Amino acid sequence: MSLIWEGILDAIRLLMGDDPEVWQITLLSLRVSGLATLISLLVGLPLGTVLALGRFPGRSLLLSLINTGMALPPVVVGLVVSILLWRSGPLGALGLIYTPAAIIIAQTIIAAPVVTGLTAVALQQLDPRLRLQLLGLGASPLQMVLALWWEARLSLLAALMAGFGSVISEVGASMMVGGNIRGQTRVLTTAIVLETSRGQFARAIALSLLLLALTYMVNLALTWIQQRGVRQ
Amino acid sequence: MLEVRDLLVRYGEHTALEVGHLAVAPGEVLAVIGPNGAGKTTLLLALACLIRPERGEIRFRGRPLAARDDREYRRHLALVLQEPLLLSLSVFENVALGLRFRGLPRAKMARRVDKWLARLGIGHLRDRPAAHLSGGEARRVSLARALALEPDLLLLDEPFGALDPPTRAGLLEDLQGLLAETGQTTVFVTHDLDEALMLGDRVAVLLGGRLRQVGPPEEVFAEPADPEVAAFVGMETIVAGRVVACQDGRVVVDVNGLHLEAVGEIPPGRAVYFCLRPEDVTLWAKDGAPASSARNRLSGPIRRLTPQGPLVRVVVDCGFSLTARLTRASVQEMDLAEGVEVIASFKASAARVIPR
Repeated sequence: MSLIWEGILDAIRLLMGDDPEVWQITLLSLRVSGLATLISLLVGLPLGTVLALGRFPGRSLLLSLINTGMALPPVVVGLVVSILLWRSGPLGALGLIYTPAAIIIAQTIIAAPVVTGLTAVALQQLDPRLRLQLLGLGASPLQMVLALWWEARLSLLAALMAGFGSVISEVGASMMVGGNIRGQTRVLTTAIVLETSRGQFARAIALSLLLLALTYMVNLALTWIQQRGVRQ
Repeated sequence: MLEVRDLLVRYGEHTALEVGHLAVAPGEVLAVIGPNGAGKTTLLLALACLIRPERGEIRFRGRPLAARDDREYRRHLALVLQEPLLLSLSVFENVALGLRFRGLPRAKMARRVDKWLARLGIGHLRDRPAAHLSGGEARRVSLARALALEPDLLLLDEPFGALDPPTRAGLLEDLQGLLAETGQTTVFVTHDLDEALMLGDRVAVLLGGRLRQVGPPEEVFAEPADPEVAAFVGMETIVAGRVVACQDGRVVVDVNGLHLEAVGEIPPGRAVYFCLRPEDVTLWAKDGAPASSARNRLSGPIRRLTPQGPLVRVVVDCGFSLTARLTRASVQEMDLAEGVEVIASFKASAARVIPR
């Protein structure tokens, strides 16, 4: 119990600016996971839309692959990305292993199927006749898609939250491709693992509370936007 | 304005729609009628180039439409599907939707939207969220959304479906006035014969995916082209017979040994269907039938009485099943019941004879 209490006090001290390294870790976590989520959105939103509205050979296979990808183990992603980016690997010349860019790549691979799959579901839940009605009012394909995105915005925001949640809290891939290097690739989750392995439980608890607070604040903002749409 | 030639829509082995030729003139209201599953919505979607037919040609203003013209063509029309399908926006934004798609300037858009909200009597709903509308209000908004486009061609799919009778009657009257006032070229589909009669300049009958008859309402309802059309437009007595005489525009048809008279020019010996609307049959108590101009008088027992709201459907066995429709009051005054013997009469001019 005293361990938890020490952790809470430690967290407050860290939040008050006692340790600049903690802010650096926190900001890096936000940056890599935020960018990974954004890239996943840029990829997943159009891809999910095509899967939801399109009819083409292989569509069912692609959908099942996306759904499988939603449950992809982060350590497996970390392993594959590590092999690709390793100095002796096919993309080793890029020099990305053990950099924040490597973590962003791995986290994008984790988040993209989540955003894609949930986008496809969100659009498939809309009345299929809505598409015809919009086209029947003279909408271009792009105008139709934008209108459908508007109608599915609550579910799409949930997809975004799920994508962010899947990467802000993962540790396996970040550890494997980032290396948990102090000042360079150490994020909140890998820092928690490190402090726990050192027996520094108070600090680990503090970082955990920070991670929870960070996740909560991001989701609070997105939820506010989402529920504002419900109230309207 | 619009012409369809040799249109065929199939889903696998099933023929959903087959139309040899159909034309809509500028300013005309064409009512397409048929039962559920007849292909009415399929026709509307094909006219809007929202489904790809297996074969056929659609001409708009005399020019055949190619696949690449679809989007540009749809900017000349407005489609209203069976459900209002409004977006989660205000009434104003919903009605402005098609105008936004066309890039109309905001000020002009606002004037057009307000004009059509007022004409449909929903100006007071301008800022209300679409989710807070009643069924009738939502239907008016979806109509306003289409009419605000002031399209060259308006396509309506069962615009009054699922509305309660008073709401339906009000909207029907308003739309009738609007279409007459604006001369809007319209194709609307319905299974309701009254709506077709009220709104349509011409009526097209679609049964089993096939276009069976097109013409002015009085022609389609009074002179159905075949027994299936006759049954759909409300001729409930349809019996097989053979013409035994034809003279001076009058035919005599043998139906199960009975000689019935109708108006027509069909040579003797020809097999025909003898068709009659229930509203054209008058029933009398067995001993109470006075002399009248009705050429046909039959007698027999009542086989079945079926209440239908304020009316009662009466089936009489005259040697064949003859259907009449009476008010409840008449049934009660005459003390009609199953098994009671009655006399049924109808004019030759009310009957229709269709060659088979």
